[in-house]
Amino acid sequence: MRKLTFSIGGVHPDDAKLSKDCTIEALPLPQTVYVSVAQHLGAPAVPTVAVGDKVKVGQVIAEPGGFISAFVHSPVSGTVKSIAPRADLAGKPVAHIEIAVEGDEWAEGIDLSDTLVTEIPTDKAATLEKIKQCGIVGLGGATFPTHVKLNPAPGSKAECLIINGAECEPYLTSDYRIMLERTKEIIVGAAIMQQVLGGCRCVIGIEENKPEAIKAMREALAQLPYDNIKVQPLKKRYPQGGEKQLIDAVMKRQVGSGGLPISVGAVVQNAATSLAVYEAVQKNKPLITNVLTVTGDCLPVEKQHNYLFRIGVPLSFIAEYAGGVPEGAAKIISGGPMMGRAISNMEATTVKGSSSILYLSEAATKRGPESNCIRCGRCADACPMGLEPFLLRRLTLAGDLEGLEANAMQDCIECGCCLYSCPAGIPLLDLLRQSKNQVLGAIRARAAAAKAAAEAAKKE
Amino acid sequence: MAGKMLVSPSPHIHAAVSTRSLMLDVVIALLPATIVAVLFYGWSELLVLGVSIASCVLLEWAITRWLMKKPSTVGDLSAVVTGLLLALNLPVTTPWWVVLIGAVVAIGIAKMSFGGIGQNVFNPAITARVFLLVSFPAQMTDWTVPAGFIHSTDAVSGATLLGRYAEGGVDAIAGTDYLQTLFLNIGGSAGEISAIALLIGFVYLLIRRVVKPWITLSIFGTVALTSLIFWLADPAQFSDPVFNLLTGGLILGACFMATDYVTSPMSNWGGVIYGVGIGFLVMMIRYFGSYPEGVSFAILIMNMTVPLLNNWFHQKKYGRA
Repeated sequence: MRKLTFSIGGVHPDDAKLSKDCTIEALPLPQTVYVSVAQHLGAPAVPTVAVGDKVKVGQVIAEPGGFISAFVHSPVSGTVKSIAPRADLAGKPVAHIEIAVEGDEWAEGIDLSDTLVTEIPTDKAATLEKIKQCGIVGLGGATFPTHVKLNPAPGSKAECLIINGAECEPYLTSDYRIMLERTKEIIVGAAIMQQVLGGCRCVIGIEENKPEAIKAMREALAQLPYDNIKVQPLKKRYPQGGEKQLIDAVMKRQVGSGGLPISVGAVVQNAATSLAVYEAVQKNKPLITNVLTVTGDCLPVEKQHNYLFRIGVPLSFIAEYAGGVPEGAAKIISGGPMMGRAISNMEATTVKGSSSILYLSEAATKRGPESNCIRCGRCADACPMGLEPFLLRRLTLAGDLEGLEANAMQDCIECGCCLYSCPAGIPLLDLLRQSKNQVLGAIRARAAAAKAAAEAAKKE
Repeated sequence: MAGKMLVSPSPHIHAAVSTRSLMLDVVIALLPATIVAVLFYGWSELLVLGVSIASCVLLEWAITRWLMKKPSTVGDLSAVVTGLLLALNLPVTTPWWVVLIGAVVAIGIAKMSFGGIGQNVFNPAITARVFLLVSFPAQMTDWTVPAGFIHSTDAVSGATLLGRYAEGGVDAIAGTDYLQTLFLNIGGSAGEISAIALLIGFVYLLIRRVVKPWITLSIFGTVALTSLIFWLADPAQFSDPVFNLLTGGLILGACFMATDYVTSPMSNWGGVIYGVGIGFLVMMIRYFGSYPEGVSFAILIMNMTVPLLNNWFHQKKYGRA
């Protein structure tokens, strides 16, 4: 089959999937877990337990704090020790629920068997409610609450559900492993979401550097009774897994500036989210586990792992269990090397969207000294949004906010292709990230002012 | 946590390409033409190359260290590229002190006075060549062929093909062996001997993705089309397209000078327009100008349009009409 890809920009970093052959291992439980109430996009969840409460695995411990928010469940059984601020990855204080682990007693009604349930429930509203109650969020990076995304506003219709199995970030292999080891569950999850969205077509997009996953998915599809789901091989190209790029690749449509995927009839869900939806709907299991890759260029292959972890486990616990921080590691990253975040605090805990602990050597991560822009245009060629980072940088240095907006600064997806490809070592994205926020702020302020003016006019 | 760790914003990895690696690729791409020049022009050509490259590098070093009081930028090899291109754009007979003046104009005036690499409006090597051409017309059009390491029986001292055409019209270039011009065309600037050697270098640049082909193809296409129209209209007065593609500094200019990052447009369409402008101006100067050759002038003139072209042509943006 023809391999598809997106139409603008992109880069080809070495994919370095060093841990691709490491089967998923279950991580043991630490003595204490710290569960963040802010592990999704939107308002933080509000704790529903008090200090001293006994909790079971899978029991709700925090409820949504707004429309765009999500339930949080206890990943362990034990006693709530405290509810207090604790430093996250970047050292920022966020409320965490501390639970002392006692045994491993699951809440009632959760099906822990391996039996595959292929029958799709027909009550869409009940399915959506189940997804919401189980705290499912998008696991591709943005952690947007899934039930919101699967419930498009009236008037918009989903034409295509895209399951994102691109895993275009170098090093990461957690999606690859679940596509191999939980293939059928992912497909059932996709079929559930397809049904919720009203029976649109479904495309599972997988990059060509994962032929085993493409093969496994196709074989599993042939054995399952679902219609209108197909596997679509994609070319290897970063950022293929970006929502807008994946829609362009699969549907040949582009989402307008500031628009949502549903405006072009698309809903994109990560393969790991699909698995979480399966577990929630078919097994009544809330989102308290995910798969995380421990990898890096300075980590020997025998020390690389793909772990099934529970949320709330300190990263330092995982690092210790995997054999400690390797010799030669200069930077520790949570997420991929292109968009992940450098970890300054290893005591931070895993969240629903954790995807890796990545150790990079100084040679792999070192930035060259900055020199003059040579106007080679590589940043503009690399930008998957068709922006011109060299120009945006100059507008930023000139303080020209209007010029930045006119040149679509706000469309930046922060994929890092510009900084990655600059031969002069100019920290383009570092600078443009700030400009983007300024432009977005100006746009929001203008919208708010317009709204206020309209309301004032209405009153008169 | 073990020791101190780096913390910085994403992305955390970088492509293995630097200004230095790009410039090194340009030097490598110019090697075939340089080697051919040295083989056929011998020690004299080595002297021109040596003086040009050494003075460009030394000047840039001295200006950055002593005038600008900044870390030296010679490590990026762009001064080597300028020196090499300048040497290849000069006749082998150019006296060493003229070459030195050329280096001062290229590096001192055209490049560093604008702020160094990336800041200049005009291509440094071409600026220097044009400066020398108008300042030292005698030295710059002395096409004596010195003894090379390889002796070519075809080596004839005297006017270049374009010079003969400018003087005597179509009759003066009748019977030119185009196959010969493609491989070995003695006479003219040092870098112009072998079209094939230059094209091999250009293909290397394309394969290494150092440059894109649009500007160069646009120049070749415009030169071919413009001269075809004139030639068809009056073959007794105007030289033919093949002659114009293969002679003079067209290939050197189109492949290595017009594609200079700094002084060419950023967008593909801007590059095409830029190339059309260069190609058209080259033919106008060759047919109607007082100089036999027009590539340098054409590139310099079009350098001036680059800011405008950058303003007019932008990248195709995602999700925007």
